[in-house]
Amino acid sequence: MGLLSKKDSKLILDPLADNNPITIQVLGICSALAITAQLKASIVMALSVLFVLAIGNVVISLLRNIIPSKIRIIVQLVVVAALVIIVDQVLKAFAYELSKQLSVFVGLIITNCIIMGRFEAFALGNGPWRSFLDGIGNAAGYGLILIIVGFFRELLGSGTLLGYKVLGDPIAKTGLYAFGYENNGFMLLSPMALIVVGIIIWVQRSRNKALIEDH
Amino acid sequence: MEHIELFFKSIFIDNMVFATFLGMCSYLAVSKKVSTAVGLGAAVIFVMAITVPLNWLLDQYILKDGALAWLGPEYASYDLSFLSFIMFIATIATMVQLVEIVVEKFSPALYNSLGIFLPLIAVNCAILGGSLFMQSREIPTLGQALNYGVSSGIGWFLAILAIAAIREKIRYSNVPAPLRGLGITFIVTGLMAIGFMSFGGMLTGGDGEGKKQQETVKVEDKKEQAEKLVSQNNIKEEISE
Repeated sequence: MGLLSKKDSKLILDPLADNNPITIQVLGICSALAITAQLKASIVMALSVLFVLAIGNVVISLLRNIIPSKIRIIVQLVVVAALVIIVDQVLKAFAYELSKQLSVFVGLIITNCIIMGRFEAFALGNGPWRSFLDGIGNAAGYGLILIIVGFFRELLGSGTLLGYKVLGDPIAKTGLYAFGYENNGFMLLSPMALIVVGIIIWVQRSRNKALIEDH
Repeated sequence: MEHIELFFKSIFIDNMVFATFLGMCSYLAVSKKVSTAVGLGAAVIFVMAITVPLNWLLDQYILKDGALAWLGPEYASYDLSFLSFIMFIATIATMVQLVEIVVEKFSPALYNSLGIFLPLIAVNCAILGGSLFMQSREIPTLGQALNYGVSSGIGWFLAILAIAAIREKIRYSNVPAPLRGLGITFIVTGLMAIGFMSFGGMLTGGDGEGKKQQETVKVEDKKEQAEKLVSQNNIKEEISE
C-alpha cells in the first residue's frame, strides 16, 4: 500500500468484513432489503450511497468546527437531503425506468442510518481526507452485501443476471431448464431478502467466531 | 368505508416492516425487550400521526405541480416537488425535537429508557417513508393522510412488539451459535413477513374489485414488457443483419 498508510487502508478494509455496516453495525438495512430483487437496482443503489456518503462525510468534516452541537442533526439532514436530491434528479434524467423502480427508496437514502451513523461517529471528529476514506469504505461494505443479495435473488428468482439469461431460456426450455430446473419465484418476494441476509450473517459468523453474539 | 379499508391495508397488507422493510434499523436494534419496544412503537405512532398530515398539507399547498395556484395565477406553473425530500425531513426533524422535549419533561423514565433512539426516530425510514408513500400514492384528503399515518404507525408498533416478544422467548432456545442475536432475528422476521403476506387477500377476496385493478395493472405491465422485448429483438436483428 504505497498510496495509503496502514491506518488509512484500515479505514477502507475494515467495513468490508469485520465491521460491516449491515451485518455487524446493523445500519442501513431498509434499503438493503427492499431493492435487491434485481442486481442492477442493487448496484445503482450502492453507487448512490457511495456518492452521498463520501461527499457528505467530507462536507460534514469540513464544517465540523462551526456546527453547533445542538442543531447538528438538522444540519446533517440538510446536507444529506441536498446530496440525495442531486442523485435523484440525475437518476430521473439519465435512468428514468430505474428511478421509477427504486421509487421512494432513493429518497430514503436520507434516512439511511449508515450515513447519519458515520457522520456522528466519524466525520464530526476527523479530517476531510480520512472522512472521505471512511465514507468510501463503509459505502463499499454496504454495497458488497447489497450486490451479494441482489446476485443470489436475481439468479435464483428469475434466472438472469443484469437482465441476461445466464441459466437459459425458461420458455424455450434451453440450458438448465432443459433438465427440469424451475425459477424460484419466492426469491423475488420480500421475505427472502431477510432470510438471505440472515444466511450471510450465519456464514460470516461461522468463519469468524469472534463476532458471535450471546443472544 | 375508504377509511376502514385504508386502515386495515396499512396495518396488515402494506405493513411498514414486513412489506416495505422500513424502519428496520431501529426495529432490529431496540427489540431486545418488550418494554422499550412498546415505548419506541408508541413514539413512532405519535410522530407519524403528526408528520404525515403536516407533510400532506405541505405537499398539497406548496410542493405539488401547480400547488402554488392559491397565491395567484402567475404562480400556478411552479413545480417544487424536487424540494419534497428536504421539506419533509425538516418537518420530521422539528417534530422529533419537539417530541423529545415533551417526553423529557413529562416522562423522564421513558426518556431514559429510549436514550439515543428518540433522536434516531428522525432518521427512522418508516417516518420519512410514510410521507413519501403518502405523496407517491396520492392520498386524496387530509383525513385519509391522518388515517394513513396512524395506521402505518400501528403496523410498525405491532411488528416491533411481536419481534420483541419472540426475542425474549428465543433466549431459552438452542440457537446455533453463529446465528445468535442478529442472524436469528433476521430469519424470524423473514418468516413473519411470509405470514403477513397471507393478509394480502384480506381486502380483495370479497368483491374482487381491488383484484381486478391489480390485474389490469399487471396486464398493462406485461404488454409493456412484451413491447419492449419485441423492440429489443428488432434492434438485435438489425445489428445481426
